[in-house]
Amino acid sequence: MAGLHKSDFQNPVINWIDSRLPVFTMIQKEYGVFPTPRNFNYFWNFGALAMVNLVIMIATGIFLAMNYTPHATMAFDSVERIMRDVNFGWLLRYAHANGASMFFIVVYIHIARGLYYGSYKTPRELLWMLGVVIFLLMMAIAFMGYVLPWGQMSYWAATVITNLFSAFPLVGEHIVTWLWGGFSVDNATLNRFFSLHYLLPFVLVGVVFLHVAALHITGSNNPLGIDVKGPQDTLPFHPYYTIKDSVGICVYLIVFAVLVFFAPNFLGHADNYIPANPLVTPAHIVPDWYFLPFYAILRSVPDKLGGVLLMFGSIFVLFVLPWLDTSPVRSARFRPVYRVLFWVLVFTVVVLGIAAGKPAEGIWVVVSRIGTAYYFLHFLVILPILGKFERPLPLPESISRAVLGVMGGGGPLPGGAAAKPTMEKA
Amino acid sequence: MTESAAAPHVAPHPGGAEVTKRDFLKLVAGAGAAVGAGAIVWPMVDSMNPAADVLALSSTTVDLAPVVAGQAITVVWRGKPVFVRHRTPEEIARARTDEKARLPDPAADASRVKPGHDQWLIVVGICTHLGCVPLGNRSTEVRGDYGGWFCPCHGSHYDTSGRIRQGPAPANLAVPPYAFEGDTKIKIG
Repeated sequence: MAGLHKSDFQNPVINWIDSRLPVFTMIQKEYGVFPTPRNFNYFWNFGALAMVNLVIMIATGIFLAMNYTPHATMAFDSVERIMRDVNFGWLLRYAHANGASMFFIVVYIHIARGLYYGSYKTPRELLWMLGVVIFLLMMAIAFMGYVLPWGQMSYWAATVITNLFSAFPLVGEHIVTWLWGGFSVDNATLNRFFSLHYLLPFVLVGVVFLHVAALHITGSNNPLGIDVKGPQDTLPFHPYYTIKDSVGICVYLIVFAVLVFFAPNFLGHADNYIPANPLVTPAHIVPDWYFLPFYAILRSVPDKLGGVLLMFGSIFVLFVLPWLDTSPVRSARFRPVYRVLFWVLVFTVVVLGIAAGKPAEGIWVVVSRIGTAYYFLHFLVILPILGKFERPLPLPESISRAVLGVMGGGGPLPGGAAAKPTMEKA
Repeated sequence: MTESAAAPHVAPHPGGAEVTKRDFLKLVAGAGAAVGAGAIVWPMVDSMNPAADVLALSSTTVDLAPVVAGQAITVVWRGKPVFVRHRTPEEIARARTDEKARLPDPAADASRVKPGHDQWLIVVGICTHLGCVPLGNRSTEVRGDYGGWFCPCHGSHYDTSGRIRQGPAPANLAVPPYAFEGDTKIKIG
């Protein structure tokens, strides 16, 4: 018949569906037989973990929204009702709040993998940029979600961050009034943050779809950073990486469970259990841990507009990273100088995060400024220059050669090496 | 050793192949995943059940002392109106004699009240047709042709026992679960 897809499935029901909408063929192609480099290490699990985390956040979020009231006079109490009265409400709330932290842990490691192994380099530039869009969306969603419980930190974080936009000359004040829907953070702001917090995760799902689609065009990178040369370099995604991902998911769930059941408020801030009071500012306004490095960059510049521009700039440099790094070698395994500088960058970001948690005085101001300066130095100066002068280590011929040794990289394993051990007759 | 350990234990398998360790692992992993999925789904489903504060409001106590004979009040129970009518002896008698008549939903009046408290009729004030609140509790409202209640939406008539007599409603006004705590107090639900 014209127009129908020629389905290879035997089962008549599956065949009927597949010939009209080839979802089963698509799953088989993209997640069944998809040729995946055979030398993945566990850092390649984190994309799948991020997807699992997103599903958990959406599921817990939808059930929380059934009991949450987005009105300034009732929001805080509705959250307490969820914690105390709703069946398993405490579990939903703690899973959602700690799930947000887990999401950032997973995504930061996922990004670090990309930086270390050169996954942002050609031909994966668009894949990388879609990832930065996902990261920006995550930050917006997390920020708005944190406002919803309407505690002291919720209210004052909302005030500080929305006030940033007043830094822009001429239009700044008008933008802020428009964002607030009023003359301060109030009910109008809370309502619209709830609406957008519900909406943006589904936009995120769409961008994740594009991110995976782009990945499936170029194929995955691998720890050696060299291209796949043929089928001998790859394994079908199922069962090898479905199983490996399952192991990773179990470890992830253990970490998640430790947080949710044994330390559910460890990553949070005690002040958010105080209802919002527009007349009293907490002594130390701090965002949740995952925003700390950016907060440090924001505070390190004495000029208001400068701080805002630099904070947004710190993410913008990630966008253009594929063009900043001039090295033709992808993986840091073969870049001895870059490898060290990568860890210096990680250290810098961690130190910035610690500095952000301290009051903006004394040595911490100096530390933040040095850290901010080094962050931009790394991306804007070091990376472009390093690529030209670094002497990389010799790259292996192929993935299968490197993984399977001299005998590999071609046909089946030689008989002698693979003899099955048998017990000798006594 | 007298036997080779290379041959694994063979058990008959539908496909003709031997049962392998892989089959066992797949079964255990699959079962574990199913249990895990259930453990994750159940709290989400259960969170939609009535919460503790809703359950706390699932009973209502009503003080009957201020309600004199011939008077009726409306109380709220589980978000619904409940008619509490203190019937006069005439209303009770009418409810009993009317049983000879053809009732769309037959029920004895004695079965709709508590023994020893025949004067107290407690019914849920929602018409069994499409859910309107019938008129007749207040003395100023019409009570319909049978002295009970009249639903203005589609013209159902209820008698002094809350039974449907005429009109499109299929069933009598529902009697909620209730109990007397002393002579002048009831707990509904």
